[in-house]
Amino acid sequence: MQVEAEAPTTEPLSFEMVTRRFGALTALDQISLRVRSGEVLAVVGPSGCGKSTLLELVAGLQEPDEGVIRVQAAGTAAERRAACAYMPQRDLLLPWRDALGNAALALECQGVPRSEARRRAEPLFERFGLADFERSRPAELSGGMRQRVAFLRTLLPGRPLLLLDEPFGALDAITRADLQEWLAGMLSEEPRTVLLVTHDVEEAIFLADRVIVLSARPGRMVAEFEVALPRPRSVTDPELALLRGEALEALRS
Amino acid sequence: MRYVLSAALLVLFVLAWQGVASLDSVDDLTLASPVETWDALRTDWSLLWDNAWVTLVEVLLGLAIAVVAGVGLAIVMHLIRPLRDAAYPLLVASQAIPIVVLAPLFVLAFDYGIGPKLAIVALICFFPITVNLLDGLRSVEPDLIKLMRSFGASRLRTLRSVELPASLPFLFSGLKVAATVSVIGAVFGEWAGADEGLGRLVLLGNTQLQTPRVYAGIVILTLMAVALFALVAIAERVACPWNQPVRTRPSRVLRHS
Repeated sequence: MQVEAEAPTTEPLSFEMVTRRFGALTALDQISLRVRSGEVLAVVGPSGCGKSTLLELVAGLQEPDEGVIRVQAAGTAAERRAACAYMPQRDLLLPWRDALGNAALALECQGVPRSEARRRAEPLFERFGLADFERSRPAELSGGMRQRVAFLRTLLPGRPLLLLDEPFGALDAITRADLQEWLAGMLSEEPRTVLLVTHDVEEAIFLADRVIVLSARPGRMVAEFEVALPRPRSVTDPELALLRGEALEALRS
Repeated sequence: MRYVLSAALLVLFVLAWQGVASLDSVDDLTLASPVETWDALRTDWSLLWDNAWVTLVEVLLGLAIAVVAGVGLAIVMHLIRPLRDAAYPLLVASQAIPIVVLAPLFVLAFDYGIGPKLAIVALICFFPITVNLLDGLRSVEPDLIKLMRSFGASRLRTLRSVELPASLPFLFSGLKVAATVSVIGAVFGEWAGADEGLGRLVLLGNTQLQTPRVYAGIVILTLMAVALFALVAIAERVACPWNQPVRTRPSRVLRHS
């Protein structure tokens, strides 16, 4: 009795035989997966394999055609929306708001008054490497800074499950490497449960505890790797390169 | 540089106007010269001013009604999709009605006072406002709407925090058109029946063969429309500073060339 009651509530995310179709096209085919508490799970796959669809399903922005998705044991789309902090590929900052106003947006959407939301966002600017840019408009920020503002906006409401959809995909290579290191540092300081979707195998192995490989359309799970490398990791670590080779092999098959 | 060119073009236009008006084959009753128009502006100033004031009040009140109705209509149509689809053709139809025909009917309905003028100004001015604002409200990226949903934002919150600010530049485009045509609307309204106003004065001047006064009235009406347009443009700069093109200071080399 006790075991039954406890298991589902502590599990941040579970997929059971989830299928999603768009007309005749099957985007995701019978996906089952579980994310453990405090774990960073990366899903890699070629473009068009339904990665973003997977994330939107979790985030409660879409409903599956078959199967069950539970976020913290909650099943309806509205409940899933309330439990997830969803971050899309592009920063989508509002050009008319300053950085602080943008960071406060998600809180405001939950009914926190604007001044109170700004007040709560402000102390975090330093930790996000954004000190002195509180009043800057997005147009005045670099791509990396914009993405950090977007991160801040996503994390501020303190929702338990963080969903990242190719969070560094729109950035240049150097900024991307910087931000990957920064995120890895953030997560080791303050562990969170994360579902990360990317087409970049190296990024997945660098950041995640576990990597799941999806096939091209329709998206099916073809491989799963535990990344048992110690942190902080280095992209030049030969073991990381070895795993990368294995994952790429699985992607090609 | 822009202003210098504009001024040069204006001077050129006035000179050409004076030239054509001075031709022997052109009747003074058909075309008043700039000099005659200037004289009329000076001698009839208090008459022109009093009537211009009446017309300006009609224009401003009519525009105010158009903004309130146009913005309200756009928001309601945006929020209720079926209404949008159903009402859009009617909106377009409202603009196909010839104002010249409608104006006398408005006078019948609202009497000789300011009512029919306001109705006509509002009728032709709400359209560019509503259409532009509707386009603006729809211009927001679907990804952004999705993001707002994931934040748990209500429909009205998304409208207030995202859709309305994003569509402000569109609203101002509509307002610029509205400001320009609003003066024409007031003149039409006065032509259909009025006892004061610049439109009526111009009409009267026409029948009384006071051609210079007609041209003086036209000059004032034109200035009124240009001034309204400029006011809207300034308001846009104040309201949407984030939407301004980045001004780069020209380098010295460029300025010399």
